[in-house]
Amino acid sequence: MKAALRLAIVATGLLIAWQAIVNATEAPPFILPGPFAVAAALVRHSGLLLLNAGTTLAEILLGLSLGAALGAFSALIIAYVRPARLWLLPVLVASQAVPVFAIAPVLVLWLGYGMASKVAMAVLIIFFPVTAAFYDGLSRTEPGWLDLARSMGASRWRQLIHLRIPAALPACASGLRVATAVAPIGAVVGEWVGASAGLGYLMLHANARMQVDLMFAALVVLAAMALGLYFAVDHLLRLAVPWQVDTL
Amino acid sequence: MGRAAPYIEDIGTEFAVDIRGAVLSYGGVPLFDGLDIRLETGLWTCLLGPSGVGKTSLLRLIAGLDSTAAGQVRTEPVAYMGQSDLLLPWASVLDNAVLGARLRGERPKFKRAQRLLAEVGLANIEARPATLSGGERQRIALVRTLMEDRAVVLMDEPFGSLDAITRHAAQDLAAQMLAGKTVLLVTHDPLEALRLGDRIYVMTGRPAVLEALPALDLAPPRDVRDPVVLVAQGDLLARLAG
Repeated sequence: MKAALRLAIVATGLLIAWQAIVNATEAPPFILPGPFAVAAALVRHSGLLLLNAGTTLAEILLGLSLGAALGAFSALIIAYVRPARLWLLPVLVASQAVPVFAIAPVLVLWLGYGMASKVAMAVLIIFFPVTAAFYDGLSRTEPGWLDLARSMGASRWRQLIHLRIPAALPACASGLRVATAVAPIGAVVGEWVGASAGLGYLMLHANARMQVDLMFAALVVLAAMALGLYFAVDHLLRLAVPWQVDTL
Repeated sequence: MGRAAPYIEDIGTEFAVDIRGAVLSYGGVPLFDGLDIRLETGLWTCLLGPSGVGKTSLLRLIAGLDSTAAGQVRTEPVAYMGQSDLLLPWASVLDNAVLGARLRGERPKFKRAQRLLAEVGLANIEARPATLSGGERQRIALVRTLMEDRAVVLMDEPFGSLDAITRHAAQDLAAQMLAGKTVLLVTHDPLEALRLGDRIYVMTGRPAVLEALPALDLAPPRDVRDPVVLVAQGDLLARLAG
């Protein structure tokens, strides 16, 4: 409840600051619409916004699921297969050095204007934090547990299932939180480069037609969606990994 | 490590653990150079010594956990109890107790685990370790060790993190539950060694050498108020202090 109150206070403060800037600069509505104009646009275009938000949400969720699965899988591979660690890890790091903005046009060219290119973009952004965090967790298993397991005659496989993976879950959860926070970037960048639906697409078109209030409304919906998604994932992770040290 | 090498002058069942000529170095520094130790079957052997002298390394060597060590190691099957309780935070008390079976892919003996947990006074077997006290956690670790059903039990300062009173109770409980086993107990606490040890060794130097203390006449677990124990504790403290 306290957190909700804090959130409300911060949101109200931001809205007041926003309105104050509009008043102070006397910016015309096609440059910076005030919060009331944006609220009006939210109501007026609610159907359109909802439809496009659905597309973006689907892209983010698909990207998140696939990215998390891919991230977890590659973490297991590099943790357990030494050659993979030596050969694959530099490639993974290099893949993150290339900005998604630079790859986006290529992905749209290859995968088309539909959802696939956006999901691919989201996956590209999401899998790395998951891989890095999960791998870190897997390689930091409490040495005492491993000694105990070996003295009990555990195979490498059972050590993995019963010790290393559960022990790495809190770290993996941290990676998933980061991934959830950055997931919308992938989807929206994809939509900017070329799409026929989605909030990013809507923002781009609204901007081009000087419907700046609609653009801001889309931005508000996107921010709300990203926040909601983050808190939902955080809540689920807390339920799934109750023994972890609290984060955030 | 020459673990499986047959020890020719096998004494038979008199010694559950027989280490001859153990050699181990850490970062170029020789920890052991021809170290011998034998643990008599069914007795408690306590090992005292300054930090870093190699007590834990010796336990790990006997447990077969140190692949860099050399020498002849003949031992009956061992169970290992580490410095902390090493309970898994995500598993219940009962699941922690049957960890060994899980890790070997055997069917866990829940009935036996429940009986042992009840014997050490742990009723809430569904609880997570984080909700329990240090003493309770240590008792789960003891049950987990007993579930292994090994002839030899190696304990590395198992009660080091407990307060004095809880430690005293834990020592009694361990002595009772591990009766008949061959135990090697590494400890920092002279009184603990004097309470529990049939044989007491002091480990010093680099490379380390072992020196046996004269055995006390009383049977363990000894009363801490016994003058013999108290005098021996004073002597031992003075000696360890240098």
